[in-house]
Amino acid sequence: MPTYILRRFFFLIFVLFGVSVLLFGILMTFSPERRAAAYVTTPQQAKDIPKIIKKFGLDDPFYIQYVRWIKEVSRGNMGWSLVASRPVGEAFWRYFPITLEMNLYAAPIVIILGIWLGTVSGIHRDTWLDHSTRIFAIIGWSLPTFLFALVLLMVFYGYFQWFSPGVLSDQLTMFIIDNPEQFTRYTGLLTVDGILNGRLDVALDAFHHLVLPILTYVIVVVALNMRVMRSGIIEELSKDYVMTAMAKGADKRTIHYKHARRNALLPVVTVAGQLVAMSMEGSIAVEVVYNRHGIGWWLAESATQLDMPVLMCICLFMGLVFVATNLTLDILYAYIDPRIRLN
Amino acid sequence: MKKETHPRLRELRYTLYRIFRNPSAIIGFSLLFIFLAVAIFAPAIAPPKYAHNPYMMPHKGFSPTPKPPSETNIFGTTSGQYDIFYGVVWGTRTAFKIGLFVVTIAGFVGISLGAIAGYYGGVVDEVLMRITDIMWAIPTLVLAMAIVVAFGRGLDKVMIALALVQWRWYVRVIRSEILTLRDQDFVHASKIMGVSDFKIILRHILPNAIYPVLIMASMDMGSMVITASFMSFVGLGAPKGFADWGQMVALARNYIVGPADDPLRFWYTIVIPGCCIILFVLSWNLIGDALRDAFDPKLRRR
Repeated sequence: MPTYILRRFFFLIFVLFGVSVLLFGILMTFSPERRAAAYVTTPQQAKDIPKIIKKFGLDDPFYIQYVRWIKEVSRGNMGWSLVASRPVGEAFWRYFPITLEMNLYAAPIVIILGIWLGTVSGIHRDTWLDHSTRIFAIIGWSLPTFLFALVLLMVFYGYFQWFSPGVLSDQLTMFIIDNPEQFTRYTGLLTVDGILNGRLDVALDAFHHLVLPILTYVIVVVALNMRVMRSGIIEELSKDYVMTAMAKGADKRTIHYKHARRNALLPVVTVAGQLVAMSMEGSIAVEVVYNRHGIGWWLAESATQLDMPVLMCICLFMGLVFVATNLTLDILYAYIDPRIRLN
Repeated sequence: MKKETHPRLRELRYTLYRIFRNPSAIIGFSLLFIFLAVAIFAPAIAPPKYAHNPYMMPHKGFSPTPKPPSETNIFGTTSGQYDIFYGVVWGTRTAFKIGLFVVTIAGFVGISLGAIAGYYGGVVDEVLMRITDIMWAIPTLVLAMAIVVAFGRGLDKVMIALALVQWRWYVRVIRSEILTLRDQDFVHASKIMGVSDFKIILRHILPNAIYPVLIMASMDMGSMVITASFMSFVGLGAPKGFADWGQMVALARNYIVGPADDPLRFWYTIVIPGCCIILFVLSWNLIGDALRDAFDPKLRRR
């Protein structure tokens, strides 16, 4: 087991190195002049472009520039963000909590709902219950996140006026900005900070703004989880041990929920990595439409302004999250499945 | 006496029977058929106003406020007075173009690399799969966005970027299929008889490994259109006025909420192009789902 973890860990470092080379390769498709233009702020400076290229070594060979860039990144200098008008590293920590908060609430719902619906659907295979959950799943799977979010906004903000876009209502946002001493940002998560500061109104308002994003996200993402769980249950129920249990008259509930479901959970763990990737993509669309200024919104906004440093930072971050998740999942998988552990 | 049919043809006939017994396949194929007809007969259904560039939606005036459906514009006009009906019809062509381009290129690259990696194994496999692992670490949409930013905006760039990203799926799927086939007797037999590697892969291995790829290609036709339309929506893809469903949603974005007395006044600007995206994607997903049921050896003969 320790050698396995060690091997996976080396793999993580290898992949991160590869991702950084890949991203830097994409950046290098820009001509030196175009990259130099990032340092130009006034029209008068435009004639200094050759000087800037010399100064920052923008026409050096690939590997020299790469090493220089990696050194800067490891020192925490990721460049300048146009959208946030502050350094990329600093801006990242401003946007990150908003994305984290949404995912923290949505992930448990996706996992539990997906497992539950998949189990129900698999046990009652080919009944109306199964068909309706499957139709629900395939429609959810076909809904583009941004479009679904727009329609929800149209109905619940425009027509019913129950929810509104953004992160917090204007009044409370002003209050937090004006009185930093009365409202300490312990975690950056508004719902948690609201409770810690004893301002339940802030927590409730932040949660109120989270309802639509979470709803959108859950309906679009839950299908994958559900589908894997359903086929897992169907496969387990057709196995010999279930037949044996049935034959000796074991309780049906015990067979379904104790024997079959536990075994069917294994494949769900393997798709969890894909689920993480989907949630990252999902947060981009949700944040753009609901105007929540998190990582996804920042990414989309920077992409339209052709702001490469931000894209590289977010790609590196997502690569890190993805690879670290897969490492954890592999270890978890080996831990919960004795057949893998003992090999 | 009845002539014996080729076993592969017999299998195919059984597969088709399985597919068309499935109601979701019937719905999926009918929807697809309608979209295909609209795409093919687009010039007849909505005659282009600018012959040199039929993908630009015609517009009368520049008023940003959408106009409801009328006799001249049966689906109404969206912001900038672009005709929604025209955009929807020609947008079907755009959607097919995006899907076919991305899936063909990604599928071709992925299948070739995956077949080489799976068949030869060893160092070749190791190198190819490690490169694929690196590509895997970044979500499709994010990596595609980075590439579009490097290449510059435009729908063609979006299509190229998606093709450059999406092949990694096909490599994994085809490789794992080939690994189970590589050591089977019929492969060894053809090797001993001196058949070239290329011919073994093409004639003997790929036909047995292609089904999971077909399922995925069908699903991808839909999901790539979603991704491309989202990129058009944020403004990286099709330019303003181009007949693309995602771009049409982007045009209508400021009109999701109407005036206070009638908040759903401009519903048609979002709902009509939106329904097109959803139905298009749904048709491919239904087909993919039916293919899965028909090809899965565990479910097939039950």
